[in-house]
Amino acid sequence: MRKTKPGGLKQLAAAIALMSAMAAQAADTIKVGVLHSLSGTMAISETTLKDTVLMLIDEQNKKGGVMGKKLEAVVVDPASNWPLFAEKAEQLLVKDKVSVVFGCWTSVSRKSVLPVFEKNNGLLFYPVQYEGEESSKNVFYTGAAPNQQAIPAVDYLMNEVGVKRWVLAGTDYVYPRTTNKILEAYLKAKGVKDEDIMINYTPFGHSNWQRIVADIKKFGSAGKKTGVVSTINGDANVPFYKELGNQKISAEDIPVVAFSVGEEELSGIDTKPLVGHLAAWNYFMSVDTPANAEFIKKWRAFIKNNKRVTNDPMEAHVIGFNMWVKAVEKAKSTEVSKVIDAMVGIEVPNLSGGTAKMLPNHHLTKPVLIGEVRADGQFDTVWQTDGLVPGDAWSDYLPGSKDIEADWVKLKCGNYNTKTLKCSGQNYE
Amino acid sequence: MTNLSCTLYAVPGASPGPPFLARRALWWLAFALMLGMLVRPAAAAESTAFEQALGNLATTNFKQKERAVGELLDARHANTRTVLNALLEGNLYYRKDDKRVFIGAAQDTSLRLQDPLTMSDAGIADASDCTKITTNNQLRKALKSALASFDLADPDADVRLAAVNELLRSLDADRVSILRARQSSENNDAVRTAIQTGLAIADLDSADADVRLAAVDQLEGSLNPEAFNRLSASVARADDGSYAEPDENVRNAARAALNAINNWRSFYSTLETLFFGLSLGSVLVLAAIGLAITFGVMGVINMAHGELMMLGAYTTYVIQLLMPQHIGASVLVAIPVAFAVAGGVGVLIERGVMRFLYGRPLETLLATFGVSLVLQQIVRDIFSANNRPVETPAWMAGSLQVNEAFSITYNRLYVVLFMLIVFAILQLVLKKTSLGLKVRAVAQNRAMAKSMGVRTEWVDALTFGLGSGIAGVAGVALSQLTNVGPNLGQSYIIDSFMVVVFGGVGNLWGTLIGGMSLGVVNQALEPYAGAVLAKILVLIALILFIQRRPRGLFPQKGRAAES
Repeated sequence: MRKTKPGGLKQLAAAIALMSAMAAQAADTIKVGVLHSLSGTMAISETTLKDTVLMLIDEQNKKGGVMGKKLEAVVVDPASNWPLFAEKAEQLLVKDKVSVVFGCWTSVSRKSVLPVFEKNNGLLFYPVQYEGEESSKNVFYTGAAPNQQAIPAVDYLMNEVGVKRWVLAGTDYVYPRTTNKILEAYLKAKGVKDEDIMINYTPFGHSNWQRIVADIKKFGSAGKKTGVVSTINGDANVPFYKELGNQKISAEDIPVVAFSVGEEELSGIDTKPLVGHLAAWNYFMSVDTPANAEFIKKWRAFIKNNKRVTNDPMEAHVIGFNMWVKAVEKAKSTEVSKVIDAMVGIEVPNLSGGTAKMLPNHHLTKPVLIGEVRADGQFDTVWQTDGLVPGDAWSDYLPGSKDIEADWVKLKCGNYNTKTLKCSGQNYE
Repeated sequence: MTNLSCTLYAVPGASPGPPFLARRALWWLAFALMLGMLVRPAAAAESTAFEQALGNLATTNFKQKERAVGELLDARHANTRTVLNALLEGNLYYRKDDKRVFIGAAQDTSLRLQDPLTMSDAGIADASDCTKITTNNQLRKALKSALASFDLADPDADVRLAAVNELLRSLDADRVSILRARQSSENNDAVRTAIQTGLAIADLDSADADVRLAAVDQLEGSLNPEAFNRLSASVARADDGSYAEPDENVRNAARAALNAINNWRSFYSTLETLFFGLSLGSVLVLAAIGLAITFGVMGVINMAHGELMMLGAYTTYVIQLLMPQHIGASVLVAIPVAFAVAGGVGVLIERGVMRFLYGRPLETLLATFGVSLVLQQIVRDIFSANNRPVETPAWMAGSLQVNEAFSITYNRLYVVLFMLIVFAILQLVLKKTSLGLKVRAVAQNRAMAKSMGVRTEWVDALTFGLGSGIAGVAGVALSQLTNVGPNLGQSYIIDSFMVVVFGGVGNLWGTLIGGMSLGVVNQALEPYAGAVLAKILVLIALILFIQRRPRGLFPQKGRAAES
């Protein structure tokens, strides 16, 4: 006891010295919040995004940081628990006073943190493709809006593959239902008749697909080319594709285009039954550009695993992060309002050889790529849009949102009705 | 000259084929030898066309590739088939600097190249210097169709049948003439029928009413969906009152044919629903049958039952990791191993937890629920929270095509058979073995059995182990049908209890009948109500049924049931 006491004192002194050093350093750093679930059901997908942001911060610091200051990551774990997302967001903004937050995956988690970011004037970069119908001053949507994924995918099937009959199959929750509502309206606007559209919803984790696949087969044998647009979520995809294979429905006869099956999802399953089926994204790991090759190399070195794959939401974070750095340097400040103003119009190269530009509605311009699944779990790009598609926050194919516009530069509004000339503010209805 | 080259290129496939072709080929061969001088420039021209077409493949534009495939076919070069096959299998590359096309075999990061023009070795290239010529669905379909026309002369009837079916997928004038040429020389019945059906469908477009009538007669009784579509279209009345089929006689014949086809189609569709129901029922019975022993016979509510199934499924995964070369056998090996693993864990649970809690159902329920959480977390820690890929052996993939309107998928068929075998073995064990006798004795009257010298504690442990082992075996079957992940058990536990309660506690036959009828009712409802609503309706019906008959379909009778 007697001996350890002075040692303990010394340690205490050292700790105090260290803490003051850290405090001194903290004054010179810019804090970056990372709000991704590291446990619970979403951890599988979101942990990768946390690592991506850490890698980007690491890389930026090696280049000397931003405006001469080092970046410091503040990682919190909202544990796939939607109310906890709001609490953690509040903690990041109020207690840690971060300059920017990269985070969220599911739409419900985004909706949960939205009021927190607006109340505290925070800054959120949201990297996942979503159902649209939203534009907040404090959020930058770096994933795809429906017109950057779902609509081009349907166009591809309609024009390039010649699909005349449509199956819209989805899991029974908000993203598939909203997306299918938009697609149904779009198809009808293109002259597709009611009897040529089949809509089917299944519960989460559905595994007995034999009846539905048999129905799709029957629906598809009516003499017209049939395609399936799948918003089936997560787990349920594996038995679905397996059943398609077992009932001998090949991608050549009835192609399935999926919106939530990417490289990361394919890496955990037996991909043989999926070969030839399609996915629509804004980035594929197989894209053959120098920028992408370098990114994959860096990612694998950072994560110390030579087999790890990259995917679309990761690219979205890369774009979002680089845009934020540029905006801060342009605004010469990390103050949120100034950065938000500086963001619109910023351009950074994406990984597929083009340029992403931030639009006044806080969405990006993106290329749309359609890929066919290969046996090794990667995609062959079989079609892509000629140029970049600007993201549309409010779908033009839904009766309610047709007249709504989002413009944070001229209108200063995310929900402006062009008919009534009113801004409904932050009431997203 | 095209005629000459055409025959020549048909020779390799046709050698054991029809004699007349071979004779013609011989004749042309003699002719070619005699006029050797004349042929050589033609062959050269053919090579140039081939070379040009090959060059056109070196693009990323799929429309252009499709045209190039057409040009390759027209070039009628001896290597056309090899090149098309390489393209279909993804072995065709072009060099980035000079856009020359090669057949390549991947070796790590390098490619062994082969010149498609001469089939000679063209050295080794770095993979990054070459671009793979990719295919898409449309291109693959066109390629398969093109390759099918080569296969029509294959000596193997199955290959020919597949080739004919491939051609029927996209029928056009060219393919009709290929099939018509093939029809007379075809000696296999199945292949000939397929060709005739295809030609009859094509004949429906004929200008001659008699030909159309003959075609309709030919299609009568055919279950080919294309035939059904075409016949339906021909008798459909347009808005202006006219018919697609102008001739009254042909229309009547078509209506009669359609009637017959419709009857068969609805018959097979009922059969299909029945099979779907039985296969879903089998999964339910497999999941519930272990529970029928622990819950039904022992009266223990085991909430960890689902997790024991999960252990069985993970056992399959581990076995596949251990024997990656023998995926086909791995599933069979997994069955006894899964039984041992899950049964062992079951005995541990019984000895470690349950035996202290007999007669206290609430505590048992909570304790086993705790055990289920522990098992899930152990699996998460060992295998991670992600699903594990369990491969389907080749003999379980695909389907048994009974006819064009009815097919049975192999994996479901095997599950039905597997369930029946497990059920039979379990019945034997319970009825014919000494263990079974003791189990039944303890279940009926524990005190009396004990006083007769039965070591009830051991019987309890073994019974629980047996029920758990069966759950593990069910897990092996589930690994082929659904995702193998830590949550696998949870999605089946409720269904299992449902089946046992519905069938009647303590009665294995009740479990069998109960599971099967729930499966069939669910599948019969699904087309009308949808997957979500069908499940809800079944649940509501079950609740009402239990209100009327609390002891299930087959209640236990006698004194044992009264207690």
